[in-house]
Amino acid sequence: MKRITWERVTAILLLSPSVLAIALFVYGFIAFTAYASLSNWNSLVPDFSWAGFSNYQKLFANQRFQIDLRNTVSFTILFLFACLVIGFFLAYLLDQHIKGEGFFRSIFLFPMAVSLIVTGVVWRWLLNPGSAEMGSTGINLLFDKLGLGFLKWGWFTDPVVWHIPPDSGVGQFLQQIGLGFLASPLVGISAGVVSLVLAATWQMSGYTMAMYLAGLRAIPNELREAARVDGASEWQILRLIILPLLRPITLSVIIILGHISLKIYDLVVSMTGPGIGFSTDVPAYYMWDTTFRGNHFARGSAIAIVLLLMVAVLIIPYLVWTNKTEAEL
Amino acid sequence: MTTNTSSRGGPVGVGRIKRLVLYAILIFMAGLYLIPIYLLIVTGLKSFTEVSQAQMWALPSGLHFESFTKAWYGSPAEGFRGLGSNFWNSIILVVPATILSAMLGSINGYILTKWRFKGDTLVFTLLLFGMFIPYQSILIPLVQVLSKIPWFGGTTLYGTLAGLIFVHVIYGLPITTLIFRNYYAAIPNELIEASRIDGATFFSIYRYILFPLSVPGFVVVMIWQFTSVWNDFLFAVTITGNPDTQPITVGLNNLAGSYIVEWNVQMAGSLLAALPTLLVYILLGRYFMRGLLAGSLKG
Amino acid sequence: MKKFPGIVVLLALLLAIVPATVGAAPPQQDGEDYTVQANDWLSKLADKFYGDVNAYWAIMAATNQAHGKDASYAKIDNPDTIEVGDKLSIPAQAEAEAFMATFDPSMFNVGDLFASGASGQMTLGSWWTAGGEAEGLAGMIRIYEEKYPDVEVINATVAGGAGTNFKAQLATRLVGGAPPDTFQLHAGLEVETYSPDKYLSNVDDIYASEGLEEAFPADLLAMLKYQDHYWGVPVNIHRSNVLWYNKAVFEANGLTAPTTFEEFVQVADTLEAAGIQPYVIGTNGGWEAPHVFEDVLAGTLGPEAYKGLWTGKTDWTGPEVAKALENFKMMLSYANDDHPALSWDGAGEYLLSGKGGMMIMGDWTDGWFTSKGFTDYGWAASPGAQGTFVGLSDSFALPKDAPNPENAQNWLKVCGSKEGQEAFNPKKGSICARTDCDASLFNEYLQSAMVDWNQDAIVPSVVHGAAAIEAWVTDYKDVVTLFVASGDVAGAQAGLQQACVDAGVCQ
Repeated sequence: MKRITWERVTAILLLSPSVLAIALFVYGFIAFTAYASLSNWNSLVPDFSWAGFSNYQKLFANQRFQIDLRNTVSFTILFLFACLVIGFFLAYLLDQHIKGEGFFRSIFLFPMAVSLIVTGVVWRWLLNPGSAEMGSTGINLLFDKLGLGFLKWGWFTDPVVWHIPPDSGVGQFLQQIGLGFLASPLVGISAGVVSLVLAATWQMSGYTMAMYLAGLRAIPNELREAARVDGASEWQILRLIILPLLRPITLSVIIILGHISLKIYDLVVSMTGPGIGFSTDVPAYYMWDTTFRGNHFARGSAIAIVLLLMVAVLIIPYLVWTNKTEAEL
Repeated sequence: MTTNTSSRGGPVGVGRIKRLVLYAILIFMAGLYLIPIYLLIVTGLKSFTEVSQAQMWALPSGLHFESFTKAWYGSPAEGFRGLGSNFWNSIILVVPATILSAMLGSINGYILTKWRFKGDTLVFTLLLFGMFIPYQSILIPLVQVLSKIPWFGGTTLYGTLAGLIFVHVIYGLPITTLIFRNYYAAIPNELIEASRIDGATFFSIYRYILFPLSVPGFVVVMIWQFTSVWNDFLFAVTITGNPDTQPITVGLNNLAGSYIVEWNVQMAGSLLAALPTLLVYILLGRYFMRGLLAGSLKG
Repeated sequence: MKKFPGIVVLLALLLAIVPATVGAAPPQQDGEDYTVQANDWLSKLADKFYGDVNAYWAIMAATNQAHGKDASYAKIDNPDTIEVGDKLSIPAQAEAEAFMATFDPSMFNVGDLFASGASGQMTLGSWWTAGGEAEGLAGMIRIYEEKYPDVEVINATVAGGAGTNFKAQLATRLVGGAPPDTFQLHAGLEVETYSPDKYLSNVDDIYASEGLEEAFPADLLAMLKYQDHYWGVPVNIHRSNVLWYNKAVFEANGLTAPTTFEEFVQVADTLEAAGIQPYVIGTNGGWEAPHVFEDVLAGTLGPEAYKGLWTGKTDWTGPEVAKALENFKMMLSYANDDHPALSWDGAGEYLLSGKGGMMIMGDWTDGWFTSKGFTDYGWAASPGAQGTFVGLSDSFALPKDAPNPENAQNWLKVCGSKEGQEAFNPKKGSICARTDCDASLFNEYLQSAMVDWNQDAIVPSVVHGAAAIEAWVTDYKDVVTLFVASGDVAGAQAGLQQACVDAGVCQ
């Protein structure tokens, strides 16, 4: 149908630098990293001799990395949950014909504009517990002043990891059915991760709110009115009409925030570092640390590839799906 | 309260209480969100004598800008660098990176929507994947490659702001292309077809039809790139090892990483680092929102 | 730096025209030497030779330049004072005019007056950002700048983590082919990290030309050699295993510094009962706990067995290492809860305020106390380690791709010199790597360290790069970091053994 014209050629030529750049800088580089992860390159001087999958084997046997995987999974789950719930809650409130809606919206959204480094620096101070001898500081101090001293705790300095105790009833049951590993500290949530989630939620929940608000506005009022006429309670309307209609938005938010949270790095660097007993360490941090501090390039590459695979599991189905729906247009 | 009435149609008393509760909750939440910002501003404006743990939530006695001065100029005697030079580095970095990204994204979006070819959605999808990758997976070869591209003054692109600009332009391609593609998709093809019949060429269509229409698109993309480049840390810390070329995020992290720096100076530094993006957000919030929503694919 | 070049050019034109038109003075054709007579002063000579009283700057610069090559010429520090008999170099008229054309007396650059031939830049990479160490470094830089005034020293410091942040950025710069001209390096096996064959130049010739092999003690030279070459010039010696305490607190509670782990428990219990945090530590940087643990290892195992850990002679799975872990766990049970939020100096604030009793940290703490104006502190070797000196040394190395290698070599010479070390160490709170430094320049603590350095058993620090290769140090640090939170002695011991195996030292 379409004739080959010079203009068509021009178009392709103009697009090709971008395509080539991405081909090299994304796909080529990923291939290089994958190759490096199978090598013995563990000093400043590149050594591409073949190591097979030994780097991966060592990595998954490495206690620090196991903790990192736990942290990143627990962080992602908690963070997504908090953002979805708070974001929806705020959007739902703002959708109630609020005076000064723009003002509130701005307040909930502005943390998005701030660098995660700034967020980390501020929250490190906010959640710095202080101590009995030197006095409380940050939020703990605020709790003291508000008479809520019983809420004080160590935040990210607390080494506690919440998990199912192996000797509890549930833990013993899990062991009996062969799922004993679920009752170990490697399947748990560290206090450090909870602190990170607080800061990250402060920063990103405004985004969920904005998405949900846009979604709520797109739901025709007639639908709700009709339901009301049919005698549905507000709760039923929310559960049976609004939430199902918002499902695509929830999916988008999970994809976007999910991939951000799997990659989270800046916040860890500026807020907590790897933390006590690596309670806030994540693969992205370990990768940078071991590669550029320890010169374990092969190990760093292996971590990067694991990270990429985790993100890919989340993103590729989504891209394929959008690609299909696009093609149908 | 299983009434079949909406808040607007319900009994006045119940409705009013509901509204009051609603506003109370919103104000409470807004207060929570403002806590970090309150601390940031209040601490940054304190004088050195006022900074103490016990008084951290108290208001400053007046407007003291000495923390800002110290954060900006640093204190060679105490051995820490000010953020002033880092701030300018960030400006030098952000302006070209933003403009170049927007231009390339606009051209790509134009071609991908108005000069469609077989497999263009596949190309676009492959391009888009670059937006989601963890950059850790390209960092090692990136350092290697940048250090082999020669640059002025006998150096290589590695370690220079030019190198960092280059990196941001490349890894900004997916998102800028995406936003422009969604934007241009909304411009009716008939408009293009009609002007083609009138003899418009590839360039003149872009120059006289698309480009004038895409000012809002440019604003959205540029705000997006501006904030993400300004706020970037990972590329900056990996590529610029020399404090003279480091952008402000790295400078701030170094400053805050050493405990010799007083909290009021750290907070003042944080404010300096946050200021440009906050200003953009305050002045152009509408477009910022649009960028956010566009960033989530469903335009 | 040169401002308003237009005005300078205009001035030059004026200067060129004035003598020619007025013709009052016989123009100086060629450069010549001149010996100062009675009643000479520089501007008088300038008027005599050039007909321009201001051109004395040109004579001063030329003479100083000549002094750099030939010491028979005088060195003029102050143009107002020249001595009879001084040999001056009088540049030719054209040269003097050219000099004055670019020279603005109101904002002159001293380098023009004391040119040594060396010029350009010298980028100096270190993690000495704060307090005494930054002051010490500044002192050494001042010496360098006096010697090489044309060289612009760029002090590129990176804060944080006992150098871990710095090292990370340095590694990327080395691989990226854009290293600083010289950088800070712990003496010992840390050099292996930087693949010296590929990225560093050895500095054997500096050792030879400066006579450094005679200036440094043999223990240190042995520590410095890697693959039979020297890769850095050490500036100082630090001690890792020092226990610091607040004297007033100890006196108030009738305590003396504990010398064994048993005494440590007694002291800690007394302090605890008095409502004072007995032992303080900050673990935010990730290296502080591993640092203390190396001192605990040395204190529990003794110097020979400790050294053996790093050479494969001592068994990591033996009961002594388990005992060391128990001792460390005991110490941590007395530690401040907020340690993960603090770095070592953050923890040091406890001692400053008298709210904490003891801290174990390297002797840079002494410099930090001094910079904070804190004097009421006492010290002792860490528990069990009397007579053991866990040592480390900072040195400067020379990257192969250094953009200004000559300037960097000159820097290394300053680092190795008595003058440089005496400027650096009293401020830094460390003792000289050289043996001939003047003890009277040092404070009481450092004088005691000098004595210990001469009589104690010297063992290398692991966290600070002397004892083991970086890969091993990293694994060791990871294990200790986990141990601080878990307190799992058996697990930590297995991890330490595994780290040794991975490093290729243990079987």
